[in-house]
Amino acid sequence: MGDGAIDLAAAAAERRQRASVVARGAASRRRRWELVGESALEWLIRLCGVSAIVFVFGIFFFVLREGAGFLFHGLNLRQFLFSTEWYPTSQSNVRYGVLALIVGTFSVTTLAMLIAVPFGLGAAVFVSEFCSRRMREGLKIVIELLAAIPSVVWGFIGLGVLNPLIQKVFRVPVGLNVLNGALLLALMSVPIMVSIGEDALKAVPDSYREAALALGATRWQIVYRVLLPAAKNGLLAAVLLGVGRAVGETMAVLMATGHAVNIPHSPFDPVRTLTATIAAELGEAAAGSQHYQVLFIIGILLFSITFVVNFTADLVVKGIRKR
Amino acid sequence: MVMTADSPGKKIEVDGLRLRYGAKEVIHGISFHVEPHEIFAIIGPAQSGKTSLLRCINRTIEFTAGTRVGGKVLVDGEDVQQVKSVYELRRRIGMVAPLPVGLPLSIYDNVAFAPRAAGVRGKDDLDGLIERCLRQAALWDEVKDRLDSLGTKLSGGQQQRLTIARALSHQPEVLCLDEFSIAIDPVTTMRIEDVLKELKNEMTIILVTNLVQQARRLASRTMFLWNGNIVEVDRNEVIFSDAPASKHTLDYVNGIFG
Ligand SMILES: Nc1ncnc2c1ncn2[C@@H]1O[C@H](COP(=O)(O)OP(=O)(O)OP(=O)(O)O)[C@@H](O)[C@H]1O
Ligand SMILES: [Mg+2]
Repeated sequence: MGDGAIDLAAAAAERRQRASVVARGAASRRRRWELVGESALEWLIRLCGVSAIVFVFGIFFFVLREGAGFLFHGLNLRQFLFSTEWYPTSQSNVRYGVLALIVGTFSVTTLAMLIAVPFGLGAAVFVSEFCSRRMREGLKIVIELLAAIPSVVWGFIGLGVLNPLIQKVFRVPVGLNVLNGALLLALMSVPIMVSIGEDALKAVPDSYREAALALGATRWQIVYRVLLPAAKNGLLAAVLLGVGRAVGETMAVLMATGHAVNIPHSPFDPVRTLTATIAAELGEAAAGSQHYQVLFIIGILLFSITFVVNFTADLVVKGIRKR
Repeated sequence: MVMTADSPGKKIEVDGLRLRYGAKEVIHGISFHVEPHEIFAIIGPAQSGKTSLLRCINRTIEFTAGTRVGGKVLVDGEDVQQVKSVYELRRRIGMVAPLPVGLPLSIYDNVAFAPRAAGVRGKDDLDGLIERCLRQAALWDEVKDRLDSLGTKLSGGQQQRLTIARALSHQPEVLCLDEFSIAIDPVTTMRIEDVLKELKNEMTIILVTNLVQQARRLASRTMFLWNGNIVEVDRNEVIFSDAPASKHTLDYVNGIFG
């Protein structure tokens, strides 16, 4: 009886040992595969990161190559930047001045942001802090729908809805102007600001809200004394993404701003933007011609503008974060 | 502000208080009162409803969706559900949460938050108030040179004392401390306990604590709460004697709770 027990115990021990040897082999094989898989994944991720940089530089060099010939030989840079005369197809006296286009881009974008930032941030605060849960879900669906509308459709809304509306409300002869384009851009960038801004506000821990509540703060005091300071980085990112959307937008502003090369004196003047010019004229310009090259030089200009905007934004964000 | 310093009676009266989170009832109809200018301790194991009880008193419980409060909480005889301004009510009650929450503002602004929300603007008034509160919370010496830096960058224990200073900043009539010593070292804890003994002359203090000895040291009366029910509430001489009314109290106080 006693011997039997010992035998059993020994057998069990042996079995366990054998099992553990097998297991160890499997484990080491698995570990090797894990290692291979892990380094493969690491390389893949690195490749993705590098390719993003390569693409950006690739695009830049492509654009530069297309425009370089005329940019370095023949283009009067002073005229290009400071003249408002854009006559790229004139037979007798060709002039390539893009000042009006630059001013057009800036006026539409700036007005759009003046409209969109308060609305976007206000809506983000409302959705995240003042809404019942059911209403929030509904609003979020609407906002995501808004974000998904293609820009050509926005262009049609500008032509068909805003145009007559602006004519009627402001009693102006033409409704295709800075205001129209800015309203469209605002409508297009508000959804981005709302969803990113709401995320930023939701990321503020509830314990902050409750601590402020216990100190006798009203809901508004909680918003502007606690939430806005706590979420300022995220909110700034929301605004900047909205600006990015507005600067880069082409189709809608092409259709809605009246397409007249003109320095605007009021929001009711028609303008033309840099992006719209490229989109409208590239198809007609003969490949390799001066006109064609100038359009690419405008592309380089846009590139530089976005770069400067992003860079300053970066500095601003870093500055805020440091404080 | 009604001073009830010499009118004996009830600073806070809780009458048949029930609390539900959704379908789950966590406080089952409890009644007790807190006398003016006493330190009233609440002890009890985790999940017994101590924090929830405090949140019913200053009505921050309403912040959590799906809560239902039954019964009554009276402060100075006035039903908290019927006060004119819930914000003013909350300023009459200082609250120190168990996990320190430094608001993402400067140290100065943290302490100035409640006075400003109440409309105090003068720089001199604020400066004086803030220094006094930080001194009372035993934090002044450590932060007096960097009042402008972020409150969230303080250490855990310092943040806890910051929340105490903040709770004192609106000169509350009732101070509720919820396990304030969790993140504080014993030496600082003793310093704050001394402050509490002094503050008792100015206000009523409700002390929720996991440290039975702290309740014994500081309080004049202690309530033992267990699973949303009061096991016993009585003067410390009874609760911490050899013969409290309930066997459970004796076991819990002596650390041999099942
Ligand atoms: N926000 C909430 N939602 C749902 N249930 C909650 C919530 N807060 C607390 N509870 C529940 O209420 C009961 C009492 O919790 P409470 O935090 O009041 O206990 P406590 O006595 O403070 O415990 P501790 O000593 O751990 O702090 C617990 O069962 C808890 O699960
Ligand atoms: Mg608790």
